[in-house]
Amino acid sequence: MAGDATPETVKNGDGDVQQRLTYPRIVPVGLNGFLVQFSGGLNEASNRAALAFKAAIDQQAWRGIEETSSTLASSFLRFDTAALTHSQMRARLAELLGQHDWYQAALPRGRRLFMIPCAFDAANGPQLSHAAELAGMDRATAIQSLTAAPLRVMAIGYAPGQPYAGELPPAWDIPRMEQVNPKVPGGALVVAIRQVIIFAADNPTGWRHIGQTAFQCFRPQQPDNPFALRPGDELQLQSVSAEQLFNLKSQDHSGDGGALIRAL
Amino acid sequence: MAGLKILSCGAHASIQDFGRPGYLAQGLSKSGAADCLALEEGAVLLGQVSGDGALEMAGFGGVFQAQGDIKIALTGAPMNAELDGTPVAWNAAHHLPDGAILRLGGVRAGTYAYLSVGGGFDTEVFLKARAAHRAIGIGEALAAGGTLPIGPHEKSFIGQKLDVEDRFQGGSIHIVASVQTDLFSPAERARFENTIFTRDIRANRMGIKLDFEGAPFQISNQLKILSEIIVPGDIQMTGDGRPFVLMPECQSTGGYPRIGTVLPSDLPKIAQAGLDAAITFKFLSLEQALEYENRYTERVSQLSDRLHPLLQDPHKIGNLLSFQLIGGVVSASDAGDAKQ
Repeated sequence: MAGDATPETVKNGDGDVQQRLTYPRIVPVGLNGFLVQFSGGLNEASNRAALAFKAAIDQQAWRGIEETSSTLASSFLRFDTAALTHSQMRARLAELLGQHDWYQAALPRGRRLFMIPCAFDAANGPQLSHAAELAGMDRATAIQSLTAAPLRVMAIGYAPGQPYAGELPPAWDIPRMEQVNPKVPGGALVVAIRQVIIFAADNPTGWRHIGQTAFQCFRPQQPDNPFALRPGDELQLQSVSAEQLFNLKSQDHSGDGGALIRAL
Repeated sequence: MAGLKILSCGAHASIQDFGRPGYLAQGLSKSGAADCLALEEGAVLLGQVSGDGALEMAGFGGVFQAQGDIKIALTGAPMNAELDGTPVAWNAAHHLPDGAILRLGGVRAGTYAYLSVGGGFDTEVFLKARAAHRAIGIGEALAAGGTLPIGPHEKSFIGQKLDVEDRFQGGSIHIVASVQTDLFSPAERARFENTIFTRDIRANRMGIKLDFEGAPFQISNQLKILSEIIVPGDIQMTGDGRPFVLMPECQSTGGYPRIGTVLPSDLPKIAQAGLDAAITFKFLSLEQALEYENRYTERVSQLSDRLHPLLQDPHKIGNLLSFQLIGGVVSASDAGDAKQ
């Protein structure tokens, strides 16, 4: 696997510079960060590559690394510019990139399966009918499709502990909304572009609100372990009634919201 | 234990320190003070190391009462401040005897004002920081009737004031290229540098929307950008082609194209800009930017050179017996306005 790739620039008819990017690609972020992008779009192999490369940077324990992270298809690091220069950092990243075919990397260790109860009735999933229609299904088929198989947490982000899980079958490649939904509650299940998110907190979103869980992704009341999920974990949704969800919520003090958890 | 009782305060008051960097992998942005220089200034005025939390107040102050003898420093956006009915200087440290009432009005310039205390606020620590991040339930909502506990501190007190950098009028903001800067044509980037922006009223600790006259800023090819790590200072170009500068409580990831990133030491200028302050952006190379940041670090390390004794006007002091005059020097000039 080649290290750093330089984007080709071409001029289009209007004289604007356009780019065809080749991956993986190392780009600086702000004053003291680098991003290693494995793809310009979402795919399973690039997600594994991003997770594995982030873990590999952690393992190197280079002096001056202050933070690492990964998103759907890229790894991020922040470093101390007094400890090493941008060109030194870039060279190290390029060398590490060249050591493996990161797209073939294994999933992280210590993964867990979370079986999470979710209510899909009209009050708890106000936009399910519309989302199902866009996916070409009726409500019952949509619920069955959403709960049929485990979905992998590909990234944690936007809000603390908040998972982006996928991929759903191709029928669920539905766009985000033009108009933002001003507020969905914490625990809400939302869907777009073959992924689901369980919301960590009340927030606006352009994704459609299709269900409700009692699962707390972020648990500030548990300072020793406030983040419930890690990238690589799997979520399997289980359809429950509004009443069952209400009961789970009122009985739960852990934040798990009735979820059963086992090691993978 | 000493404390600061809140008799009233603005809706957006919170305890802020330098935040909790290091949790982007868990989706948690660092939070922390919108104007970190104000924390440094507060610490220098109180003769303590920076890093303690201060009370951050957006736009409006409040009324507070000292529980026990306490020392405070007032920094950031200047407010009208009165101690037991007597105007006191901004960018200065003051002694508040037990029961004293501190009244802070609206900001005279800028946005974020800071009240630091000797010994620091001894509020709850979450993931190694006291910074509140209310949108996600970190830290307490501050309200009338509550008391902020204050940590142990030395009894000695020197009334001093600090000459500060004026960062309340906008001005030239230095930025570096970011992940998607190249997606904006050279002409668009030049137009960005030549445009005068002002702060929109839609601004908070998550981000600040900027207004300007002219066409929306657009990337040269409408690529769909996959959501990636974003950091405070990033300038996102939202769907309508208007810039949005991310602040300490921003989300951890985002998919809007970013034209650049504001240097950390210039973030206070954006955070503090008033509604009518003119803001312009200037690209620096990484090398120039690192040098610019080093100069800031050096200025912070030399802040104590800008301290001066605080001169009190005895005619304006309500109760002479409870007040210690500094070296017997009196002046009428220091009680009202602070030097900006």
